[in-house]
This record gives sequence, C-alpha cells and structure tokens, in this order.
Amino acid sequence: MRPVYLDNNATTRVDPRVVEAMLPFFTEQFGNASSMHSFGSEVGTSLKAARQQIQALLGAAHDHELIFTSGGTESDNAAILSALDTQTGRDEIITSAVEHPAILSLCEYLEKSRGVTVHVIPVDARGLLDIEAYRKALGPKTAVVSMMWANNETGTLFPVEQLAELAHEVGALFHTDAVQAVGKIPIDLKSNTIDMLSLSGHKLHGPKGIGALYVRKGVRFRPLVRGGHQERGRRAGTENTPSIIGLGKAAELALAHMEEEQTRIRALRDRLESGLVQQIGRCFVTGDTRNRLPNTCNIAFEYIEGEAILLLMNKAGIAASSGSACTSGSLEPSHVMRAMKVPYTAAHGSIRFSFSRENDGEDVDRVLDVVPGIIEKLRTLSPFWRKDGEKPAEFNPTYN
Amino acid sequence: MWDYSEKVQEYFYNPKNAGVLENADGVGDVGAISCGDALRLMIKVDPETEIITDARFQTFGCGSAIASSSALTELIIGKTITEALAITNQDIADFLGGLPPEKMHCSVMGYEALHAAVANYRGEEWSDDHEEGALVCKCFGIDEAMIERTIRGNSLTNVEDITHYTKAGGGCNTCVETLEEILARTNAAMVEEGVLDAKAAFVIGARPTPDLKARKEAARPTPAPAPKDSPLAPGAPAPKLTTLQRIRLIEQAIEELRPYLRQDGGDCELVDVDGNTVMVKLTGACIGCQAASVTLQGVQARLMEKVGEPLRVIPVASAH
Repeated sequence: MRPVYLDNNATTRVDPRVVEAMLPFFTEQFGNASSMHSFGSEVGTSLKAARQQIQALLGAAHDHELIFTSGGTESDNAAILSALDTQTGRDEIITSAVEHPAILSLCEYLEKSRGVTVHVIPVDARGLLDIEAYRKALGPKTAVVSMMWANNETGTLFPVEQLAELAHEVGALFHTDAVQAVGKIPIDLKSNTIDMLSLSGHKLHGPKGIGALYVRKGVRFRPLVRGGHQERGRRAGTENTPSIIGLGKAAELALAHMEEEQTRIRALRDRLESGLVQQIGRCFVTGDTRNRLPNTCNIAFEYIEGEAILLLMNKAGIAASSGSACTSGSLEPSHVMRAMKVPYTAAHGSIRFSFSRENDGEDVDRVLDVVPGIIEKLRTLSPFWRKDGEKPAEFNPTYN
Repeated sequence: MWDYSEKVQEYFYNPKNAGVLENADGVGDVGAISCGDALRLMIKVDPETEIITDARFQTFGCGSAIASSSALTELIIGKTITEALAITNQDIADFLGGLPPEKMHCSVMGYEALHAAVANYRGEEWSDDHEEGALVCKCFGIDEAMIERTIRGNSLTNVEDITHYTKAGGGCNTCVETLEEILARTNAAMVEEGVLDAKAAFVIGARPTPDLKARKEAARPTPAPAPKDSPLAPGAPAPKLTTLQRIRLIEQAIEELRPYLRQDGGDCELVDVDGNTVMVKLTGACIGCQAASVTLQGVQARLMEKVGEPLRVIPVASAH
C-alpha cells in the first residue's frame, strides 16, 4: 500500500520538476559564476533567473534583496546577528515563546555570551501573541524583533505585518522566520514593512541545504559568512548553483499552486480534522483554528503518549509527527505546547498532520480509517484512561 | 527514529499481559502523566509459596515504556517474590535485546514498579530515593542517591569512574557538570568523615575533565623522551653531520611519522632545510586543523631526537 506522508512541515518531497531543473547544473553548466569565461557567465544568468522566481513568490521589490544561504537556520542566525551589529547602541531582542530553536537557542546563547537582553513574549492558549506584552517590551534599546510568520507545530499565524509596524515605531528592525509560511500563504513584501525574512527550500518541495534571507533594500546588513564577494559580499562562498536553481523552480511551482493550497489542501485538512475529532472523544485541536496555515492540523489526544501513536501509525503506513517528549529524547513535551499551556494530560499526546499538494482524499480516508483504532488501543493500555462518564482514574505513585 | 530492537517492537506492537488485573494482591504505581510516562503494575501472589502467579500492567508512555512493562510481567510471572526482586533494570533491558540509551529509564521504571507492587502486597510503605526531578543522568536514568552511594562505596574520585561504575554521564554527556558537583560535594563530606585522604578528593576546577578529544590526543604517538645517552642529553657532544646526512635523517624521521598523520587524514612533506630551520608542508586534513600546531611540535620533537640538534620546524603555505 502506498504510504501516507503527512509530515510536510518537517520536510517535503523534492518535486520531480525541481530535480529536472537542477540536473544540468551538476554536469553541464557546472561553472563558477565568478569565472571570466562562458562556463561562468551562463551560470550567472541562471542564478539571476532563480532569484527572480523567489522574488515573485515573496512579492519583493528587487531581486537583489535576496541572499542565498544554506537554509532557514542560517538565515535566522544571519538576520539576528546582523541586526545586533548594525543597530548601534541597541542590545535588546524581542521574540516569542513559540519560535523555532534556530531563533530561541541563538537568543539564549547571545544572552549568555554577549549580555544581550532577550524579551520572550508569551502566547495564549490558542497560540496567539500577547500584543500588550509585546508593546511593553518594545523600547529605545530594541535592536531587532524576530517573530515567526507561521508556527511549525500548530500552523498558527502571527500578524507579522502589524508587528513590524510596531517595531518600527521604536526604531527596531523586524525579522520574520517565514520558513513554514512561504509557499503556503500569499506573501507580498512590497505591501508591508518587514525588514528581513527567512525561508527554506526543503519546506516547499525544493532541495535541502538551501534557503534565502530577504533583506529589504536600505536595511544595513553585516554578513555572517565572510570570505568572498558572492551575494554582493553579503554571503561569501561559491554559489550552490544546482540548489539555488532548484529553490527557484520550487518557488515558481509554489506560486503556481498557491490557489490550490488555499482551497483543495485546506479542504483535505479540514476533513481529516473534523473526522478525527468527531470519531475520537477526549481530543482537541491546538492552535488558532481560525487563523492558521491551510495545510497544518495539530490534535492533542488525552491520556496517551505521542511516540506510541506515531509508531503504530508508522506501522500502518502513515507518517506524521508529535510534540511529545519521547520522540525527541528530552523529558519535556514541546516548548510550543508548553507555551500554550496545553495540559500535560494532552501535551504528550499531540500529533501534527501536515499536508502538501501531493496529498489527496485517499490519504485522509486512510487516516480516518486507521487512527481511531490506534488511539483506542493505546487508551486501553493507559492507566489514566476512563471512558466519559466513568470515575476519573486514580493513580497513586509512591513518589512525586 | 529510535533504533528499537525487534524484541522491543514485538512487545510494543503486541504487548503481553496488558490491561487490568481484577482483585490484584499488589499494585505498584510509578511515574506521572506530566513526566511523559507512568506504569501501574498489578500482581497476584500465592500466599503459601509467595509465587507471583499473574501480573498485568497499564502504561502511559512511549513504545519502549510499553515494551519494558510487558517484558517485566513476563520476567516475574512464576517467580517467587524474592526471585523477582533480584531482577534489575538491566535484566529488563537485556530481555528486550537492549534499549536505546535515552530509553533506559523505561527499564528503571519497571524495576521501581515491581518494588512498589511488592511493598503494596506486603502492606509496607515503599519509599523510593529516586525522585523524578533528581535524575542526574537522563540517558541512563541514574539519580543522585545512586551516584552518591557508588562514589562512597568505591571511594571514587574522578568523573570518569562514575561513568564506569554507574553509566551516568556516558550518554549525551550533558550532566558532566552536575556529576562534578556531586563528586566534589561527596568527596568533601568523605574527607570530613575521615574516610578519604584530602589530597585524593576531587575539587572542581583543580583538574581538567578529560574529554574524548584530549584522550584521542593522548593516544597519538608522541616522541619518547630522549634517552640518557642520546645526543640531546645535556652535556653530550653533538656529532657533526654533513648537510646531506642531516637532510636524510630529517626525511627519514618525517617518513616514520607519516603513517600516523595519514591515519588522521593528513600528511606532511619536507620542503626545505635552512640551517636549523626545517620547512614542511602540511597537507590533507592537517590544513586548517586546530591541532596542526600540536602536530608540528610533535614533528619538531621527533626531528630533534633523530638529528640530535635543536631544530625549528615551521609550516609553509601550500599552494591551493
């Protein structure tokens, strides 16, 4: 049976059309764009075309506002570090409690090593940013604000365009980690004031190891990687030509499928979600259901543990992911679930289903067919589980 | 994805003895939903023989937690309570064909549940010295009390031995600092009590913690100290060598060192000899390697030993 892949927020399959576009750049057009011969100049032309494809997806005013990087994590690091370097006299960062570790770990490091003050803005139970806390944190010392566009676990969207305006009121730069948003929702950087934006190729059917950082024209930038004139001196190192071409093609395809993302994929997601919630008791959707990516659905199943669910789903040929502690080897459930104060009874049992344009109705049917049985099986194993109406489980460990 | 053994998978996908045991003689609850795993072990015991005639479990947790619980029931059914209590968490892990290091705590949970169930059967309070929060080594599920016990029982005075004796710190290594603190504290108490020589006690910062890299460095061949009759020994007259003889000796010494450098993916070539200055070119993995200067010192010491004259080895840039 064909496997059902519903973990597209983790990574996507490279579109065969992307691979096809990349292949000539390994063996035929292998030149170095910096070289003074035709091998190089042809490549230079293709790189420019790829840049324009991404420009179109983001609605950016200029293609040179894009810097190719090794991926979302590098883009995030480059953006924050550059902002700290260029915003003289400012040494505070504002971010949210639900950011990707690419931002949170970096901030933690900067706090320890450079004495930077980091304000981590909390979210409410639906994952929405506490705007009042954000306003209070902004000030004359704020160097940069970094807020994700869409959350990777729940798909919840932050109002980044408005958050950027607020940041500018105090003279701070605004960066957004848009790794999950790019390609899934329409973005038009010409019509907002976001200063920097990170994106990653492998989240939109492009190759891994390639991404980009958008830096608005006029925003001062200090490179993270030095040692060459590539990317106008903003990111040294010979261009990863095949991957850049692949990212360009992936961006072009994402733009072409944008309408489908908002309609067909959203409908698949909604059918899966309502189907599971109706069939299975004692579970709920996490995040803000009215304001999230069209492809993501995160359901917390009470009284069972996520890794066990994933293992049984995997055996049935269904791939998804979990915010449970056990899947990561840590002892705590995901920081996103904790930030939303999802009770422990459910946080360990949260499962994320994330769609892409490669999914179809059959995938949804399979999940609706298989998952309720898995949940039932694990619940009968759980010492905490009682069917509705039954007396709540008593569990008396000798310590705690 | 975890690398679960076939036995773990078998016991997770088709757990044996799962569910409620009605009228159990002893029930042991360990863990908590907030910790991500919890186990209830229920046992039936023949009062005459003290043989565990039946055992069931209910587990909230990951695949290995469910498999460990099921394995535990299989291990104890048919055994007397005394025999069952001799089972260690390692026995549970072994029964399952091993557990990933990060999952060893699942087997510890089984061990604890058994002790809790037996205490419950005997009508005793089972007090455990292991509190979830006090787990020091999360990879192997080792708590502070066990580490302290082992340090005392074996008069341990370095962190490496703690790892050898308890496995704590042998996984991800993130608890090394905590281990140092426990060791320093325990050793200090032992000195106070007069059971440990103050000179042997571990003091934080007094000795660098050996890490893997340092051990690897140490394992590298370092030139043996010059023997007494060596020309390098103080007072010994240096034999006069012709330029050609010197270069031959230097070449020979480098040749002898190359296999070791190549083991690490590097190489070294003689470029020129000018008086007492030997110019070499480091290539391969040696380029840009943090340890290159250490390597050069090693080469220099070896050459001096061989030639019997003070020499300075300097690297020359290799053309890209």
